[in-house]
Amino acid sequence: MPDFDYEAPTTLAEALVLLARPGEVRPLAGGTDIIDQLKSNRRNADLVVDMKRIPELLELSMNGSGLRIGSAVSCTDVLKFTAKHGVYPALSESAALIGSVHIQNRASVGGNVCNAAPSADTIPPLLVHEAVAHTVGASAGERAIPLIDFFAGPGQTVLQKGEILKLLVLPVPSENTASAYLRFIPRNEMDIAVAGVGSLIEVNPESKMVKKARIALASVAPTPVRAYAAEKSLEGSVIDQAAIDRAAELAVKAAVPITDVRGSAEYRKELVKVLTRRTLNICLDRLGQQALFVE
Amino acid sequence: MSKKQIKTTVNGVEHEILVDSTWTLLETLRDHLQLTGTKEGCSNGNCGACTVMIDGETCCSCLVLAAEIDGREVTTVEGLADHGHLTPVQDAFVDNSGLQCGFCTPGFMIAATALLNENPHPTEHEIRLKLAGNLCRCTGYDKIVRSVQDAAERLSKV
Repeated sequence: MPDFDYEAPTTLAEALVLLARPGEVRPLAGGTDIIDQLKSNRRNADLVVDMKRIPELLELSMNGSGLRIGSAVSCTDVLKFTAKHGVYPALSESAALIGSVHIQNRASVGGNVCNAAPSADTIPPLLVHEAVAHTVGASAGERAIPLIDFFAGPGQTVLQKGEILKLLVLPVPSENTASAYLRFIPRNEMDIAVAGVGSLIEVNPESKMVKKARIALASVAPTPVRAYAAEKSLEGSVIDQAAIDRAAELAVKAAVPITDVRGSAEYRKELVKVLTRRTLNICLDRLGQQALFVE
Repeated sequence: MSKKQIKTTVNGVEHEILVDSTWTLLETLRDHLQLTGTKEGCSNGNCGACTVMIDGETCCSCLVLAAEIDGREVTTVEGLADHGHLTPVQDAFVDNSGLQCGFCTPGFMIAATALLNENPHPTEHEIRLKLAGNLCRCTGYDKIVRSVQDAAERLSKV
């Protein structure tokens, strides 16, 4: 472990002063990534700032403007809260997939975002639900960044020195909207996605026309990506198996995977196709449960 | 490195400890409180040998800094039995031989206790899912799952 100091401020103002100090200053939420990275010398720190005693970063609420997730809120809390409200199913599914229960109890969704692993499971669901990252920094001030613009590369975000993620805000989905997230791993649990796909569709119940489609991919590019061409192909068309197959083929075009120990590039592209098809079908099932597709 | 004075309750006993900012909860428990029931396995959150509860929620104590537990309550395997009386979870592991070498057992018992606190009647699938973060290198999973099922039954009769 490198030699670092530790502070646990109780106000955001105090935290911002600490974060602006010279040297490597690391915010700590759940710690499940950063402590491991410090131990294995993959990241360094002169000062670790524990964010879990700052009330603004522990906010978890739902109001007319949407779901608000403070950056230090654990996956377990997000899972329980979103499962209760039932309107962000893809996010609930992804929060339940990260590591074990013991990890989910500590790891924060905000930390999963800031760690910026291309394979991060919560990111595709946040992207399809159009999350906005609200950031704050002593010199950067407050910024609202659409999450798709938040990532700069593997493990890299657009956050500047001294700037942190404060809050993720997800708008309330329109009625007749469903989402789903699936990832592929060779085991049943406790693994890193070979590929992951989040999908969201909003359908007009009368015409069965897709009003909005969002598809986001994990583990197949240096950052999480949206499959814009696949989204466009669905929007305005009647949702059926042919439309889903077409979208699945197009989603592959957004994938620029590498070959590594988890899978070959070709295999990952095939997974994107399969997982896109499956998540869209789950969305259809979920809309069907809302009695939309009763003939 | 800096020192931090923390107050924490471990297994019902209050402690004031001067910790280094770089100590993990795991090394604080084992090396400074002599609570060696909690084991170090992988040291990166994969194996669950170091599972303890903080305020009733399980975590991998290798991925928590000691300074983070200031004001929190920690439960380790030593805190389960009450004056030598084993809990139904512990009895069930003994009676079902839910262990081979025993190294993973403290983590499994903490994880199983937390699971049954939250869900007193889990299905076999739920047990396997919720204990996926605890690895048994002897691969004795079947008897561990039977032990948790038996513990659930014992607890429902208490």
